[in-house]
Amino acid sequence: MTEIFWLIPFLPLLSSFILAIFGRTLPKKYISFQACLAVFASFIISVISFFGLLKISQESYPLIKSLFTWIASGSFTINFSLQFDPLSAVMAMVVSGVGFIIHVYSVGYMDKDKGYSRYFTYLNLFTFAMLLLVMSSNIVLMFVGWEGVGLCSYLLIGFWFEKDSAANAGKKAFIVTRIGDLGFLLGIFFIFVHIGSAEFTAINQAISGGAVTQGLATLIALLLFMGAVGKSAQIPLYVWLPDAMEGPTPVSALIHAATMVTAGVYMVCRMNLLYTLSGTAALVVGVIGAVTAVYAATMALTQNDIKRVLAYSTISQIGYMFIGCGVGAYSAGMFHLYTHAFFKSLLFLSAGSVMHALSGELDMRKMGGLRKYLPFTYPAFLIGAIAIAGVPFLSGFFSKDAILTQAFANKQYFIWILGVLGAILTAFYMFRLIFLTFQGEERLEPEAKEHLHESPPVMTIPLGILAFFSIIAGFIGVPAVFGEKLNWFNKFLEPVMRPGHEVHLSIQTEWLLIIISVAVALFGIYLAYIFYIKKPQTPHQLNAKFPYVYKLLYNKYYVDEIYNAVFVKPVVRGSEIVYDNFDLKVIDGAVNGSASVTGLSGKILSYLQTGLIKDYALVFLFGVILFLGYLLF
Amino acid sequence: MNFPILSVVTFLPLAGAVFLIFVHRDRKNFLRSLALAFTLINFVLSLFLYIHFNPQTAETQFVEKGPWIGYGINYHIGIDGLSLFLVLLTTFLMPIAILSSWNYIQKKVKEYMIFMLILETGIIGVFVSFNLFLFYVFWEVTLIPMYFLIGVWGGPRRIYATLKYVLFTMLGSLLMLVAIFVLYSTYYKATGVYSFNIFDLSKLILNPNLQLWLFLAFALSFAIKVPMFPLHTWLPDAHVEAPTAGSVILAAILLKMGAYGFLRFGLPLFPDAVMKLLPVLAVLSLIGIIYGGLMALIQKDIKSLVAYSSVSHMGLIMLAIFSLNIEAIEGAIYQMLNHGLSTGALFLIVGILYERAHTRQIKDFGGVSSQMPVFSAFFLICMLSSIGLPGLNGFIGEILCIFGIFKTSKLLAILGISTVILAAAYLLWMFQRVMQGPIKNEKIYSFTDINKREISYLVPIVIMMFWMGIYPRPFLKRMDHSVSDLLNKVNRKERIFIQAEEDKKALTEVNNLINTEKNKEMEEEAK
Repeated sequence: MTEIFWLIPFLPLLSSFILAIFGRTLPKKYISFQACLAVFASFIISVISFFGLLKISQESYPLIKSLFTWIASGSFTINFSLQFDPLSAVMAMVVSGVGFIIHVYSVGYMDKDKGYSRYFTYLNLFTFAMLLLVMSSNIVLMFVGWEGVGLCSYLLIGFWFEKDSAANAGKKAFIVTRIGDLGFLLGIFFIFVHIGSAEFTAINQAISGGAVTQGLATLIALLLFMGAVGKSAQIPLYVWLPDAMEGPTPVSALIHAATMVTAGVYMVCRMNLLYTLSGTAALVVGVIGAVTAVYAATMALTQNDIKRVLAYSTISQIGYMFIGCGVGAYSAGMFHLYTHAFFKSLLFLSAGSVMHALSGELDMRKMGGLRKYLPFTYPAFLIGAIAIAGVPFLSGFFSKDAILTQAFANKQYFIWILGVLGAILTAFYMFRLIFLTFQGEERLEPEAKEHLHESPPVMTIPLGILAFFSIIAGFIGVPAVFGEKLNWFNKFLEPVMRPGHEVHLSIQTEWLLIIISVAVALFGIYLAYIFYIKKPQTPHQLNAKFPYVYKLLYNKYYVDEIYNAVFVKPVVRGSEIVYDNFDLKVIDGAVNGSASVTGLSGKILSYLQTGLIKDYALVFLFGVILFLGYLLF
Repeated sequence: MNFPILSVVTFLPLAGAVFLIFVHRDRKNFLRSLALAFTLINFVLSLFLYIHFNPQTAETQFVEKGPWIGYGINYHIGIDGLSLFLVLLTTFLMPIAILSSWNYIQKKVKEYMIFMLILETGIIGVFVSFNLFLFYVFWEVTLIPMYFLIGVWGGPRRIYATLKYVLFTMLGSLLMLVAIFVLYSTYYKATGVYSFNIFDLSKLILNPNLQLWLFLAFALSFAIKVPMFPLHTWLPDAHVEAPTAGSVILAAILLKMGAYGFLRFGLPLFPDAVMKLLPVLAVLSLIGIIYGGLMALIQKDIKSLVAYSSVSHMGLIMLAIFSLNIEAIEGAIYQMLNHGLSTGALFLIVGILYERAHTRQIKDFGGVSSQMPVFSAFFLICMLSSIGLPGLNGFIGEILCIFGIFKTSKLLAILGISTVILAAAYLLWMFQRVMQGPIKNEKIYSFTDINKREISYLVPIVIMMFWMGIYPRPFLKRMDHSVSDLLNKVNRKERIFIQAEEDKKALTEVNNLINTEKNKEMEEEAK
C-alpha cells in the first residue's frame, strides 16, 4: 500500500487544475467540497503510507517513486521522483492534516468573498507545491516546490489585490524571498558540480563517504541557508512576513505560520549531514536562529495589530527551530515545527474568528473584554497562548524545552541564554495579546459591537480540533527525564537524523533546565498580568520614561525604512540617471549624430509614401552586384 | 524523403503573398483569413519536420541542394538540432501574429498581410540556409518587410524608429557581406573551388588575424540583431513604435536570428577568434543582463519595459552561448524558444491592453484585474514564464543556462543570476501598477474582458509554456547531437582542416581530400 504515496501531492494539484479552469462556473458548495476532499484524501494516503513505513525495515528507507526523467542535458539530469521516509512522512501529515483543517475553516471564513473559487484554486495549488517540496527525492525538484509555495504565497497575500497594501505585500514577499533563492540556486549548482547528483540519497552517500570537504560543505550549507533565511523569514530577510498578513487569515495560518515558512527548517533537517559536517554552517544557523528569536519577540511587544503580533511570533518561533538545528538537535527542531504547526495555526484561526466577529477589526486597542462574547474562540485562543508560552504539559512546552535543553547540553550557552530570554518575551507578548483582546474593559467601536457574534461551527470545529492537538501533540516527544524510551518522535526520525547528535545530560541538570523554562514562562505571563490587568497604566509610564525604546520597537527598528533607503531607492534612482544620461544621450546621441537620422527622416517619409518597394530592392541588388564584382574580379 | 517539405515550408508563405496580390484590397476579412490560412497550413506542414526529425544524429536533415547562380552560390537548405525549433517557433507564432492584428490593422490590410507572409519566408530561410550567400539573401529579405511594418503601421514616431532599426541592421549586415566574400575568396585561393557552403568553409583554418576581423564583422551584425549591449538602443524604439504583431515577431523571432547566427556561423567558422574575444563577449553579455534589467525597472511605457527585459534575457542567452558547454548551449537554445513564447505573449498582452486603453503608459492603468479577470490570469502566467518560475518553460532554460555558465565561470554565474531577482522586480512591479490596486482611471471601467479571438491565440502559447516547463525532454533530446557536434567543431575535434596558404603541397592534399569526399557524396547519392 505504501506504493501509492506518490499520489499525495497530485490530488490537490488535480483539484486546483479543475477549479482553475471551471471554477467560475461551478457552484460554491461543490468547490469547497472538492477542495477539502482532495486535501483530506492526501491526508488519508499520508497516514496509510506512514503506517506502511512503520511496517517495513529501516534499510529500505527512503521509498522512492521515479515518475519520469524531467531534465536531461549533458551532465544535468534531473528525475521527477518522489520519496517517502520518516521526515517526509511527518511533513506530509502535518501539511495535509493542518491543511485540511484550514481548508474547512476557509469554507466559513471566505463564504462571502467574490473570489471564492480563485481562493480554493490557490490554496489547493499551495498544498500541492508544499507536498512536492517535502516529498521530492532531489534538491532541484524540491526547489520547484519551494518556488511553487512562494508563488502561492504571492498570490494569496495579494488575494485582495484591489487594496494597494495587499498588492504591495505580495510583491515584497516574492522579491525578498527570491533574494534568498538566489543563494539556494547557487548551492544547487555547487552540489551538482562537486557531487554530481542532486538526489538526496546520493548527496548523503557522498557526505558520509568523505567525498565532500569541510570547506565545500560550509559553502554549500551557507548558500542553501540563504534560501532558508528568505523563506523562513529570519534576519535579515524577515521583512516580508509581517506585511504578508494582508492575506486572508486562514492563509496566514496555513502558509505564513504552519507550513511554508517552516520549509527552511525542513530543508536544513533534510541536509543535516551537510550542516553537521560543516560545523561552521551549523553555528551560523544556530546564532541566526537565536538572535532572530529574541529580536522578533521584541518587535511583537509593541504591535497593536493582532495578526502582526502573531507574525513576529512566528518569526521568533522559527528562530527556535533553527536553534535546534544549529546545535545539532535536528529532531528537536522538527519537533517544534510539528507542535508549532498546531498551536500557531490555532492562534491565527482564533484571531480570524475574532476578526470575523468584529467585522474585520485588527487593532487590539479597539477590542478588550471579548471573552464573554466569544465563548468558544476565547478558550481556543487561550490554549494556543498557553501552548506557545511553554506552560507544562502542553505541546509547546515539550518542543521548546527539547531545543533549549539540547542547546545547553551542546555547551552553546550564549544561544541558550538568548533562547531563555526569548521565552520570557514570548510568554509576555502572548498574554499581553490575550489580556488586551479578551480581558479588561471593552473598547469596541459601537458599530462593531452591534454585529458582534461567535463564528459558525464550520469555523469553531476546526478551532476545537487544533486546540485538542495543541494540548496533546507534545506527548510523542517527552523529555528523557520521564524515561528514555518515551521519546517516540526522536526514534522515528532517527533513520534520517543519524543518531549521535543528541548529548545527554545528568537527570539533575535536565530537571533544573525544565524548572527554569517553566519559571520563565510563568514569569512572562505574570509580568503581562501586572502590565495589562493589575496596573494597566504601567505601559504608558514606561513609554513616557523610555520614549526612544518604545518608538524604536514600535517602528520595528526602522528596518523597512533602512532597506528602502539603502537598496531600493538607490537602485531605482541610479537606473533612472543612467537611463536619462547614458542610454538616451550617449549611445543614442552617437547614433543619431552620425547618421543624422532626424534630418533624413523627412526625405524618407516622402519616399515611403510613394510605396515603391522595387526602388529599395533595386538599389540593394545593385549594391550586392557591385560588391560581387569588386571581390571576384 | 522525396517530397521537398522544407522548401515548401519555406516558400509557402511567399506563395501566399503572391496570391494575396490578386485579391481586391477592400475584401479585408478575406485577406486576413487567407493570410491566416496560409500561415496555419504552413504550421501544420512544419509539424512534419518535428515528427520526422531524427534525434539520433547531428547530420543535417531534410537537405535539399540544387544549383542556383553558380560560383558556389547554390540552393542548399536543411535542418538540424540548432534550427529545428526556431523554424517551428516561427511557424507557430505567425498565425498568432496575424490573429492578433485582426482588428488592430485597419489601413492597408492587403500590404500588411503580404509583408507578414514575406517576412515568414525570410525568417525561415535564415534558419534553414546552409549556403552563406543564400543565408545573406534571406537575412536581408527579413529587413524589408519589417522596415515597412514599423514605418507604415507603427506609432507616431515610426519613421524615426524604423530608420534607426534599418540603419543599425544595415551597418552590421554590410560588414558581414564583406566578410562573407573575403571568406569565399580565401577558400577559393586555398582550394581552387568556389563555395559558400558553410561545411566547406568551416574546414578552413584561417590566419588568426584575418579570423579576428572576419569574426568581428559577423559578430557586429549578429550582436546588433540580438541586441547586445551597447548596440541595443534601436530595440526599445522599434518596439514602442511597431504594431503589436511587429513587436511579437521582432522580439520572439527576429532577435533569435542574431543568437542563431553566432551558433551557426560565428562559432564554427571562427573558433580561434571566438576564444580570443570570449572575455569581451561574456562581459558585454553580462552587462546586457544587468543593464537591461535595471532599465526595464524604470520604464514608464509597458512596451519599452518588455523591450528592455528582452535585452536582459538575450544577455543571458548570449552569456550561455559563450560558456561553450553542452548544458549552456542547449539552455540557450531552449531559452530562445522560451523568450519567443513569453516575450511574444507579453507583447500580445500589451497589445490587448492598448486596443482597449489606447495608451501604454503604466501610470494610466491600475486595477485592471478586477475588470478583466480572465485576461489577468493569462497575463499572470506569461509573466511568471518570463520570470522563470518552475513548472513553466522559462525555468528549464534559465537553470540550464546558469548551470552551464556556472560550469565555465562561477563568477559570471553569480553575477548573471541577478537576473532572477531583477526579472521578478520589474515584472511584478509593472503587474502591480497595471493590474492590481484600486481603479484610478475612469476609462478602465469600460474595459471588456478578452474575447474568444484573443483567447484563441493566447491559449496555444500558454499550453506550450506548460508543456515545455513540465516535459522538456522532446525538445532537449532533439538538440543533443547537434549541440555536441557544434562544440566539437569549436574545440577543433573531428575536423578536417584546410590551411589557407598557397602551399602547393598542401593544396593538392586538400584537393584530394575534397575530391574523395565528393566521390563519397556521389556514391551516396547514387545509392
